[in-house]
Amino acid sequence: MIPPAFEYHRPTDIAGALGVIAEHGDEARVIAGGHSLIPMMKLRMVEIAHLIDLQDVADLKGISVGETIRIGAMVTQHGLINDAALSAAAPILREAALQIADPQVRYCGTVGGNVANGDPGNDMPGLMQCLDATFTLVGPDGSRDVPAREFYEAAYTTAREDDEILTAISFAKPAGGYAYEKQKRKIGDYATAAAAVLIEKQGGKITAASIAMTNLSDIPVFSEAAGDALKGTDGTGAALDKAVAAMLADIDPTEDNRGPVEFKKHVAGVILRRAIARAVDRA
Amino acid sequence: MNDMTPNREERVANLKGLGCKRKRVEDARFTQGKGNYVDDIKLPGMLFGDFVRSPYAHARIKSINAEAALALPGVIAVLTAKDLEPLGLHWMPTLAGDKQMVLADGKVLFQGQEVAFVVASDRYVAADAIELVEVEYDDLPVITDPFKALEDGATVLREDIADKKEGAHGPRRHHNHIFLWEEGNKAATEAVISSADVVAEEMVYYHRTHPCPLETCGCVASMDKINGKLTLYGTFQAPHVVRTVASLLSGIDEHNIRVVSPDIGGGFGNKVGVYPGYVCSIVASIVTGKPVKWIEDRMDNLMATAFARDYWMQGKIAATKEGKITGLWCHVTADHGAFDACADPTKYPAGFFHICTGSYDIPVAYVGVDGVYTNKAPGGVAYRCSFRVTEAAYFIERMIEILAQKLDMDAAELRRINFIRKEQFPYHSALGWEYDSGDYHTAWDKALEAVDYKGLRKEQAERLEAFKRGETRKLMGIGLTFFTEIVGAGPVKNCDILGMGMFDSCEIRIHPTGSAIARLGTISQGQGHATTFAQILASEIGISADKITVEEGDTDTAPYGLGTYGSRSTPVAGAATALAGRKIRAKAQMIAAYLLEVHDNDLEWDVDRFVVKGAPERFKTMAEIAYASYNQAIPGLEPGLEAVSYYDPPNMTYPFGAYICVMDIDVDTGVADIRQFYALDDCGTRINPMVIEGQVHGGLTEALAIAMGQEIAYDEMGNVKTGTLMDFFLPTAWETPNYVTDHTETPSPHHPIGAKGVGESPNVGGVPAFSNAVHDAFRAFGLKQSHMPHDHWRIWKTANKLGLHG
Repeated sequence: MIPPAFEYHRPTDIAGALGVIAEHGDEARVIAGGHSLIPMMKLRMVEIAHLIDLQDVADLKGISVGETIRIGAMVTQHGLINDAALSAAAPILREAALQIADPQVRYCGTVGGNVANGDPGNDMPGLMQCLDATFTLVGPDGSRDVPAREFYEAAYTTAREDDEILTAISFAKPAGGYAYEKQKRKIGDYATAAAAVLIEKQGGKITAASIAMTNLSDIPVFSEAAGDALKGTDGTGAALDKAVAAMLADIDPTEDNRGPVEFKKHVAGVILRRAIARAVDRA
Repeated sequence: MNDMTPNREERVANLKGLGCKRKRVEDARFTQGKGNYVDDIKLPGMLFGDFVRSPYAHARIKSINAEAALALPGVIAVLTAKDLEPLGLHWMPTLAGDKQMVLADGKVLFQGQEVAFVVASDRYVAADAIELVEVEYDDLPVITDPFKALEDGATVLREDIADKKEGAHGPRRHHNHIFLWEEGNKAATEAVISSADVVAEEMVYYHRTHPCPLETCGCVASMDKINGKLTLYGTFQAPHVVRTVASLLSGIDEHNIRVVSPDIGGGFGNKVGVYPGYVCSIVASIVTGKPVKWIEDRMDNLMATAFARDYWMQGKIAATKEGKITGLWCHVTADHGAFDACADPTKYPAGFFHICTGSYDIPVAYVGVDGVYTNKAPGGVAYRCSFRVTEAAYFIERMIEILAQKLDMDAAELRRINFIRKEQFPYHSALGWEYDSGDYHTAWDKALEAVDYKGLRKEQAERLEAFKRGETRKLMGIGLTFFTEIVGAGPVKNCDILGMGMFDSCEIRIHPTGSAIARLGTISQGQGHATTFAQILASEIGISADKITVEEGDTDTAPYGLGTYGSRSTPVAGAATALAGRKIRAKAQMIAAYLLEVHDNDLEWDVDRFVVKGAPERFKTMAEIAYASYNQAIPGLEPGLEAVSYYDPPNMTYPFGAYICVMDIDVDTGVADIRQFYALDDCGTRINPMVIEGQVHGGLTEALAIAMGQEIAYDEMGNVKTGTLMDFFLPTAWETPNYVTDHTETPSPHHPIGAKGVGESPNVGGVPAFSNAVHDAFRAFGLKQSHMPHDHWRIWKTANKLGLHG
């Protein structure tokens, strides 16, 4: 559990970080909160010659809340949870962040690291797909935006190029009801199944529904069909069954110590039902 | 006497003796990060060792090439079995009469096995170097199932003893068989079972888990080549035995070896045995002349150092139609892994498993235990329990529940009609134990009343009806357990470890100004000995516990003892402490008599002083007596005030308790919410109720872990699937329910202060309480047995198999 030797860089701005990447290419990698990368280094599953610590890059911090919400990549889970304006505007973030790891980890773990690493166990990627968020990537050729729903390609493989840094996340202030429901074995665990749900309602009928699932495939699963199944209904009965069936058709869980595929699918259905019920209730 | 003289009540309070909820004196340093653990030890010129470990569970080693590692700057040496062989140290004896490879000798037998030991000037260089040692393996068929290990034609695991028909514990009937150990009357038991009204039969598996102390194992070996002395610091639960073993293995005279256990961050049985890391560190220090440190990381610890449990217990329990138990039969297939390295007293290869008749008056019983080799890590240690007692308690408490189900009886009532009655103590069990004392009915009634047992059953029945009507998806389970522990090993005539009798010791010196130091042969790993042993002594010698230093763990200063595990410290060393205190008091009485110019017999002891009978104004306090013992010549007495006691217990002690757990189980997700846990413990005389409560909370939390999620799981290739804390369940405050503790007090008749020990009771009783609650929730649907750990998916699987998912 001791990593191989590496050079440590601590730039104070994005340009500085990009400069280290330009100089060392594949041998360099940025580190945010370190709660995924450092264990991988200690297990010697990844070897990194040049580690670029982003914690002194002021431009990557801060939360701005308006009709569009923008969160700097280096905002910690603790920062998310304790931002009153953000919690008022998008309470699903606080609800989800409180289910990530434990307080000690949340002091260090960042939202940018959580979405950029491409770990299927992380909670924020599914949540960001539910919110239809956009990730801002900055590289040698400038800045570009990629929708969260198009960002994930496979486990640990994303649309981010090796010479790009994910700098911010933005999304429209969500309306209606919400729920982030997660089953885990213990505090600090990845989800056995988790569901992010946003529901808008008018006159007792659902007008918009967004559903994304976590740790049930090698990438987060935004289930458009599940959301569509709820539209125009009250979100119960046959519509709910149809939404769950649609979600189950989209996920592709694998067996691990949490249990076999059959169990995970069953729990995913239960978790989604609960999330939808709660979100509808809040809408 | 003047008005300033404290009255008797105040003097008793000032002692902070038996029964005082004294705060732990250790915690000032622990809570401020000022503990001194083995990894805090830094010696000049210290080198660091790390292991190349086997990625395979069973493979032949074709070659080991250390050239690249040795070429790395900072690497001093790479030791392999070939280097240790000339010293006769490539294998070492285990505590169980087997032998174990120190470094892989020709083959590896479990994943994580030690293959080579790299010594480097820097911890980081050592970690880099182990990656550079090239080992070529030829993989061999892997056996992880003990039943398959015993099949005809099964791969030979232990080639070194393949042809040996006789093991340390009798005949071996198969090349992967270690021993068959039997107790009780097999023929009589089988006769009772074959003619019984009712027989309940079940396979009860207690899965493989791991003690997982927060601090892993480690040591610093320092050989001083000038004076020929070896100092060994380490995480040893039995430092004196380690010294003896180190002397026998190394040939260094025992007086030239000093073993020191510094602060230890939890042991739970994991730190009783001798590990290859200790041997390699010693050899490396002898070779290099420099101190060598070796500290396991978490994965090393979970994968390679001693596991616990892994008992397949086939049981038959016979009873009359009315529920009176008439016989108990048990056969265990015990998976010991690659080497038999169980830490049990020598004569007991299955520990005290034959306490498995539990708290019940069972006229006839039989136990047979087959020890088996597999391609798993060695161990089989007593994880917060006396030797195999938690397996025994789980077995009998499951069998009772299964019998109750078969009889369609209430399980609380079934226990009540079978308990050993108060007047039967001392009770001789069918499997050979003499239970010293107990009052089970009183404890059981108190427990059932405390939780409103009848009310709980009524609520459970209502919930079941609501479930059947589709109004809820949660079932309610009531987990009952009544356990009897057997601790305080043990009488020297029966109990030894590597030939060392399992006595323990205490040596006391009273200082001239009336304070004291007591040294013991035990070693605290968090139990709070410095707090509680001072309390025992305070009540014996009338010196405040605040003025008594308790020291353990340095073999150069402490008297020889067998260490701390199996809840033996209070029953054995605690008794030695009381008896050494009584020797102090006996001498003090003679000194007081001289000072007061009366006959010894004219004095009586009063809290902290000797008082002339009938003349309460004439007395000498212990402080005055201590001073006198150093500053004046007393005819017929040696100066000073010291005593030592080596205590050989006449019997074990038998703590007991009643635990009740109430759980709500979501049949759709498998999530179990523990809403109530009540724990009544009877540990005899209570030394410090607060420390007892802490012990019970800690032990219950480990029991929760074991019952509900913690395991060392292997895949078919012998890969450890639970080698990190992501998958190995270690509960935090978040997962831990609220515990309600309670007690009765039935003193041990043979212990000097009547104390029995408590540290392990909550693990022994807690596991069946949690597990029985899960089973009880599904009893109405016919569930007989579902194996632990009861994690979400296993509970879900149970519900699924019972057709509860529609």
